[in-house]
Parts: sequence; structure tokens; C-alpha cells
Amino acid sequence: MKKLVLTTAVLAITAGAAFAASHGKTIRMGTEGAYAPYNFLDDNGEVAGFERELGDELCARAELTCEWVTNEWDSIIPNLVSGNYDTIMAGMSITAERDEVIDFTQGYTQPDPSVYLAMSDDVDLAGGVIAAQTSTIQAAFIAASGATLVEFATPEETIAAVKNGEADAVLADKSFLEPIAAEDSDLMMLAQQELIGGGVGMGVRESDGELREKFDAAITSMKEDGTLNALIEKWGVGEPF
Amino acid sequence: MFSYCSDPDLLSGLTWLSCYLTTGKHMLFYQSFFVVLLLLAITAPAALAFGFGGAMAARSRIAPLSWLGKLYISAVRGVPDIAFFLFFVIALDQGFEYLRHQVICPDWTDPIRQGNDFVVCDAAKLPLNSAPQWQHEIYGFFTAILTYAIVFGAFAANVLFGAMRAVPKAQLETAEAYGMSRKQTFWRVLVPQMWIYALPGLSNLWMVLIKATPLLFLLGIEDIVYWARELGATKQARFSDYPHGDWRLWYFLALLVFYLAFTRLSEIVLDRLTQRLSKGQAFAGGVA
Repeated sequence: MKKLVLTTAVLAITAGAAFAASHGKTIRMGTEGAYAPYNFLDDNGEVAGFERELGDELCARAELTCEWVTNEWDSIIPNLVSGNYDTIMAGMSITAERDEVIDFTQGYTQPDPSVYLAMSDDVDLAGGVIAAQTSTIQAAFIAASGATLVEFATPEETIAAVKNGEADAVLADKSFLEPIAAEDSDLMMLAQQELIGGGVGMGVRESDGELREKFDAAITSMKEDGTLNALIEKWGVGEPF
Repeated sequence: MFSYCSDPDLLSGLTWLSCYLTTGKHMLFYQSFFVVLLLLAITAPAALAFGFGGAMAARSRIAPLSWLGKLYISAVRGVPDIAFFLFFVIALDQGFEYLRHQVICPDWTDPIRQGNDFVVCDAAKLPLNSAPQWQHEIYGFFTAILTYAIVFGAFAANVLFGAMRAVPKAQLETAEAYGMSRKQTFWRVLVPQMWIYALPGLSNLWMVLIKATPLLFLLGIEDIVYWARELGATKQARFSDYPHGDWRLWYFLALLVFYLAFTRLSEIVLDRLTQRLSKGQAFAGGVA
């Protein structure tokens, strides 16, 4: 047994050392894959959506080789800082709290208002039960507002909670809820909007300043030549710049 | 997959279903069943090996080794599985990378821990950033197996430790009387006879292990639970060729059937094994 453990340890240490010489840095892009239209898995199980197209274009402009990986939303920041991937593009709004742990590039969407989705018009938003995804700006907002917050690990579950009556409404980004409201006749978007969050940006490790600058420059160039606006319009993720 | 699937909007009924169930995503779902079975096939013997090692250490006459064995058994058994799963995967990964970093990049001057960040040199990354995704997945799978083996090994060690003590003393004394050394007694008399005492405990562990496989999902491996949840989630026509409502219930029902069938099969096999091991024994399932 000891031999086995030792051998695996040695293997683990030496494995890949051969590859090490032939670098050419690959950037691993972390995303959730469950937040259409920002990012989702298409019918072939590939990452797709606004951020996939944007990320691929940014990588091309920054002359980087990129690879997409999915990770649970809950642990998406811890896995970034421990180095399992190098960036987060997961519809993550830039907030001061997150900025303490990781760094953000400039925003690549305008601040998207958050809206409520409910089964009826007359929901008591101040005192009712509101669903939101764990560790999102919406969850923090409801927790502070006085309404009862119920949290779920995935966006899908927040919608399901409204449909089965567990919650009165769900609060999430408008661009996420809009297509759902459009296709499900039971659900409706309420008129009230909450202006929280400062736009979505790409998250990188604080120690990775160089990478952040590269992507920042690529985003700037996409903003300048209008390609970013075209993507925003195509996927319907808020207002153009 | 089929030629008529090119325009799913026109399909209905069974043809729609046949196309739906053969999308690339569903293929990944079916593959994940094999991932789970493979995990079980590798983890079970690995955990048994850890357990055997732990039990042998705990029985050792060398005090520090015995303490170590007992510490392993009680420490791992005493901590919630889920805490260990979350701890080990990060700790193992960072531990491996730290060691590689020391070996490969001795000239590195920056600290490895920078605030929240864990930074090792590029060449020490495991797997390398430039490695294709399948290597990352294999590596994740490997750390998962190691974690399962460590956790379930502790339970197996406890079972085997008890089983070793349950073998009648008279057998061991007879072996000694025949002039066998301690080592010979252990391998020729004790080990062959202990299995029948260990089997109820081990079969129980096997069942628990089967049921613990959905924890893979926590370790970032895209297992059957991950795909069931992903496939069952509501799909809008804008983002999928096969829009549907919340079908998670049906996918989880399929998982339920899979797990039930698999545990039932295990029960049958384990029953046979018990009968076989009881042959010639006048206790524990024998004819007494």
C-alpha cells in the first residue's frame, strides 16, 4: 500500500513535467453554464451564450488560447483563487464585496436592472417570501430589504420555487427572467425594478494583474468598434454602451 | 443522431423523443453512468486496501504505528463525509501542486499564498493549464477516488479490525502450536477466516458507497446527478432545439430506478458470497 501511495505521489509530481517545456499559456475560463442568456449548455453539452461568444472573441483579440470549464456557482470564486481556472465569466456583477477577494475587468454589460417574476400581480414585495440564487447581489438585496429570503443553489430552482408556491416571487437579472416570462404564461414580470449591481465583469485572481490588463484592453477595443454592442443586442443582455 | 432530427420543431411524439434522447447532452448523461460505475469499480478495492492497511496498523505491536492506525480510523470516521470531501479535494490538489512547485521551480521568489490566492509557477500546475480538458477531468476523477478511498477506507479498517478479533482464539493458538510464526499465522489462518466476519460490515459499506456516489457532484465531477439536474431544467425555445418545462422529476426518477436496481443486484451478489464464505463454518450464516 505504501508503495502504491508513494508511486502515485511520484507520478503526480513528475507527470506533465515533460509538457512543461512546451508552454504557450492556455487560459481556463470558468463559468456556471446555467444562466441563459449569459451562459448555458447547449443541446450538445457545450458552453454557449453571450459570454461564450464574448469570451472567445476577447481571447482571440488578446491572442490567448482559451478553454471553457463549468463550475458550480457556490464555489466559483474559491476555485478561481485556488487556481483551478483563471477567469470567471458567469454573469457576475461587479460588487465591492467580491472585489475584496478577486479582481474584475471593466464591465462588459451595462448595469442590468433586477426584476421580480411572480405568479400574480399583487405580491407583497416588502413582506413576502422572495427567492434568489445563493451569493448573488439579489440575495444580498432581499436580505437587507426586510422581505423573507429563500436561497437556492441554481437559478432553475428559484423559478421552480415560485411555480410551486414556496416563494411569492423571484428576484434576478432582467435579461435572465425576460425569456422565461415570455415563454411561460403562468409567470409574469412585475413592474417594479431594483437597480442593484454595477454591470457584469470578468473575474480574475488579484495576483493576475497582467491577465486582467490584457482582457481589459480587449474589452475596450470591442467597446470601441461596436462589436460588443452587437453581441449585447443579439443576446438581449441589457442596454448597449 | 438520426437523419430526421435536423429540424426538431416539426417532430412530435416518439420521433421527437428519439431525437431528444440522443442529443449530445444526453450522450454525456449516459456516459456519466459509466463514470459512476468505474468510480465504484476502482474505489471499492482501493478503499479495501486502505482499510486493510489501517486495520493492520491498528493491530500492530509497534505502538506509534498502532496509534497512527487508530487515529486514522477514529478521526476519519468522526468527521462528516461532506466536510472531508470538500477538504480533501482542495488539500490534495494544493498539496500536490505545492510539492511539484518545490521540485520544478526552486528559483521562484514570490510567495505561494498571496492574500486569498494560491499561486504556483505555471509548470507546477496539475494538470498544466495547457493540458486538454480530458486530462483535467481524469485528474479530478483521480482525486475523487483517492478521497473516497481514504474516507471509506477508515470505515473498512474498523470493520476489518473487528473481524480480525472475531476469529476464534483457539485457531490462532493451534497455529502457534504447529510452530507458525506470527506472520504465517496472520496470513494463513487469520486473514482467510476473518472475511466471513467482515462481510456483513463490508456489504453495508458497499451499499453506502453506492449511495455516496452522488457526492461526486460536489467534487466538480459531472456525474449522473449533475446531468439529470441540467437536462431536467426548463429549456426555452430561444436556447435549445428541444424546449420543455421543468422535467427534473422524471430525470431524478430515472436515477432512483438506477440506484435501486443497482443496490438490489449488489444484494443478490453479496448473498451468494456470504453463502460461499460460510461453507464449512458453523456460524454466521452457516447451518449451525
